[in-house]
Amino acid sequence: MIWKEDIETMPLEDLKNLQSERLANIVRYVYENCPVYKDKFDRTGVSPGDVRSIDDITRLPFTTKLDMRDHYPFGLFSRPRTDLVEIHVSSGTTGNPTLVGYTRDDIGLWSDVMARALCCAGAEPEDTIQIAYGYGLFTGGLGFHYGALEMGLTIIPTSSGQTKRQLKIMQDFTPRILACTPSYALYMVEEAKEMGLDPRRSSWEIGIFGAEPWSESMRAEIEAEWNMLATDVYGLSEIIGPGVSQECHLKQGLHVFSDVFYPEIIDPETGQPVAEGQDGELVITTLTKQGIPLIRYRTRDIVSMTTEPCACGRTSPRTSKIKGRTDDMIVVRGINVFPSQIEHVLLGIEGTHPHYQIVIDRQAHQLDSVQIMVEVDERIFSDEIKKMRALERQIQHEIQAVLSVSVEVKLVEPKTLERSMGKAKRVVDKRSL
Amino acid sequence: MDVAFWNREIETMDRRRLTELQVTRLRDTLDQALHTPFYRRRLEKAQIQSGQDLRGLEDLRTLPFTTKDDLRQSFPFGLLAVDFSEVVRLHSSSGTTGVPTVIYLTQDDLDRWTDLLARSIVATGCTSKDVFQNMMTYGLFTGGLGLHYGGERVGMTVIPIGGGNTQRQIRVMKDFKTTVVHITPSYLLHIHSRLAEFDTRPEDLSLRRAFLGAEPHSENTRRKLEDLYGIDAYNSYGLSEMNGPGVAFECVYKQDMHIWEDAYVVEIIDPATGEVLDDGQKGELVLTILTRRAMPLLRYRTRDLAFLHAEPCPCGRTHRRLSRILGRTDDMLIINGVNVFPSQIEEVVMAVPEVGTNYQIQVDKVGALDRLTVKVEIYPKMFTGEAALLDRLKARIAEKLRASITINPRVELHEPGVLPAFEGKAKRVVDNRQEM
Amino acid sequence: MNITQLSVFLENRKGRLAEVCSLLGRHQINIRALTIAETESFGVLRIVVDKPDEAAALLKEHRITANVTNVVAVEVPDKPGGLAGVLKVLADHDVNVEYMYGFVEKSSDNALMVFRFDAVEAAIKVLSDSGIKIVGAEHIRGL
Repeated sequence: MIWKEDIETMPLEDLKNLQSERLANIVRYVYENCPVYKDKFDRTGVSPGDVRSIDDITRLPFTTKLDMRDHYPFGLFSRPRTDLVEIHVSSGTTGNPTLVGYTRDDIGLWSDVMARALCCAGAEPEDTIQIAYGYGLFTGGLGFHYGALEMGLTIIPTSSGQTKRQLKIMQDFTPRILACTPSYALYMVEEAKEMGLDPRRSSWEIGIFGAEPWSESMRAEIEAEWNMLATDVYGLSEIIGPGVSQECHLKQGLHVFSDVFYPEIIDPETGQPVAEGQDGELVITTLTKQGIPLIRYRTRDIVSMTTEPCACGRTSPRTSKIKGRTDDMIVVRGINVFPSQIEHVLLGIEGTHPHYQIVIDRQAHQLDSVQIMVEVDERIFSDEIKKMRALERQIQHEIQAVLSVSVEVKLVEPKTLERSMGKAKRVVDKRSL
Repeated sequence: MDVAFWNREIETMDRRRLTELQVTRLRDTLDQALHTPFYRRRLEKAQIQSGQDLRGLEDLRTLPFTTKDDLRQSFPFGLLAVDFSEVVRLHSSSGTTGVPTVIYLTQDDLDRWTDLLARSIVATGCTSKDVFQNMMTYGLFTGGLGLHYGGERVGMTVIPIGGGNTQRQIRVMKDFKTTVVHITPSYLLHIHSRLAEFDTRPEDLSLRRAFLGAEPHSENTRRKLEDLYGIDAYNSYGLSEMNGPGVAFECVYKQDMHIWEDAYVVEIIDPATGEVLDDGQKGELVLTILTRRAMPLLRYRTRDLAFLHAEPCPCGRTHRRLSRILGRTDDMLIINGVNVFPSQIEEVVMAVPEVGTNYQIQVDKVGALDRLTVKVEIYPKMFTGEAALLDRLKARIAEKLRASITINPRVELHEPGVLPAFEGKAKRVVDNRQEM
Repeated sequence: MNITQLSVFLENRKGRLAEVCSLLGRHQINIRALTIAETESFGVLRIVVDKPDEAAALLKEHRITANVTNVVAVEVPDKPGGLAGVLKVLADHDVNVEYMYGFVEKSSDNALMVFRFDAVEAAIKVLSDSGIKIVGAEHIRGL
């Protein structure tokens, strides 16, 4: 089933016309309603009248995470704050978080693209879905919730965690669809076996997994362990949350809902478009969003893209899975983490700036573990064990409060942390995804 | 005082028409209940073949009560009254221990519930201009998602932050100039005790209102919170079996909670005999939900103790008002043969100005006797090193408690931060007595 | 009257203590007293040496985290109840002992103990007033 068949299977030429019309509208809209954009366009020397076709998009300036941070919290809004019905915040690179705001129409848009994504993965209206993404400020839980409600699925909003309960609920209500992070799906395998369940006989037939990068080998493992179809969903909170793109059952790339989220792939160094099929940074323009529309937003995710039509009938372009990042962001248990956030916290402790290293690991079928190694120098060293332990705990609590991820802190001697070319190596990622 | 309505017609409907509406809806509810194996058996025994067999509201009293145990025994589908494909949401208490329960809603049920919440929110004076930070847990717990929908329907800006992470809560309150929060009273107290740590004073916040929910609290706790933050705090009542929050909510007059009688038939009974009591008499609250097709519940025993006010409210709403929850039929402590409700103790300690934001009740067995200890945190400025002062304070609290609960407790004074803190529902009672 | 103790931050790993001790040994620095306080992941080595300034410089040079703490070395009668007597004097005068440990060597017939107090000066006064012998840095060097 295709949720918005007329749009999703639209001939490419018609799609292009629709995109062109919408781009012209949104450019005029942000120019008139958002001073930050007006200023950006004026400085680039481009006026709304110059944008007539979707191909004109390359004349427009990019929007970056830095813009969001500099104009935090309300600067990129195109509508008054009172028109927003929902706000989410996600982690920013340092002090300021990234803000996401939705008008009532934006929630409608989100519900629509998520319903499309669920259908794309194979959901049918009579299905039951278990949503094990976290609910709350994280967009995963509520995004799926809105889409499932739009489709008329039966929703079990289990949110994340409490694995035994997740499995018990799966047995009791036999949902056919599971939505969570891929690493959590693997983690639940062990727990299921411990409870005496045979994962291959679970009620889940379709998994919609996202919020963190994952590989084909992880997919093969999930599909074999749970005997289910494992599909990939992509999104980022700045754009909408989950619902930017989704794989269909053929698993040949993620269909971008390009009538509302227009994708480009660029060379991150030059900003120029790359040839079809080449790796580059994904750039997205929101063509219909009202509250905080973003023009040419640089996602910093590296993907490749194809415009060849898919056998499923959808005509939208498809991207590969995420192949990397242009920055140092890492994803831990579905949460975005920037090393600079940790640096910021350490700087705040007694005004010192110790060397540190983040070690991320994942044992087979376990959740990610994060260890922060902090080098102890004279400035933070105390002769008293209780003061050292208090320091350890303080660092741990403050980092956890900022990242929303639990971490372990280990105090180490100076010089023990790996450095390359004299520069400290900040992140050691031991996971094999 | 400005009084606003979400649905003026229903909220101010005259009592006679309200009763008629209840009867009509109750008949539909009985028809719906007859679709479930559980109620078909029961209703047929009571000679009810269809909703039309009910002559008036009084007939409801002839039906047996529904209990939490009934919910457990009919898990998972025994009380489901529609085809499962019509269900759009389920909330389950599925646990790893104990028998779980579940609540089902259709899309229409969800819309009707959301409407009650929108009504409740507007009754407190909130408008679409408010910024609403929802600090209740999201997910299977109904507290978070319930008010979330209500807030969006009213058009407020909802921040679905959930519970916990106090540092982030404070940061978000400041960044987005949050004007209203939905929170447990214990967590709101806890946040206050930590504001200074983040260089924040209550007046740095834009907070104007708090919806207090998910745990019973005393009038003195409310006043304390209102004074600490300079806000209006509104009591709310709900339970997941009745959808969740939004069963009853205070209006701007804050003189107890309007219980939405077009959606619920309300009874107060004597928990021991089951006899229905008059307005003003304290007993167990029993509710029949009239707006849920997926899963009707008739005469559900909430185990919450309260009473009803029938006199009209100055706001013009005709729906009766429910008192604060005075206790639970199952959290009553029996101490040396005397019935004591934790709520009575809270009422006393929170009225003592020297007492801070946290307290704990402990019961031990000493020989054959029970011993009640009330531990309270007091403001640091009280610890002047003058022992006599503290002794006098202790004696004063003990005396006030004795006057209220008739037994003599031990009182312990602690510095702030010593007793366990809660970021959600508080667990204030520690009963160390062995089961007999 | 107080003496210098070096506190050294050490990770809990095999051979680490030996490495630090042999580093000192190679530079002719003699350890007079030593104790280790540890947690699961790290420990603090506390030592009294004959040449504290040299030792501190040496550790710094090798980027080993260490700091200097003032402690008091006290002669304790080497007989049953000897230590208890000293502790009673301290307790009677409300002097708080953070930690303490023994010397490797004895001084005459008495055992030597290292005390760390939160209020060093006050502690020294109490001990002196009670006739308990405090050992100075000179004496340590000569041991």
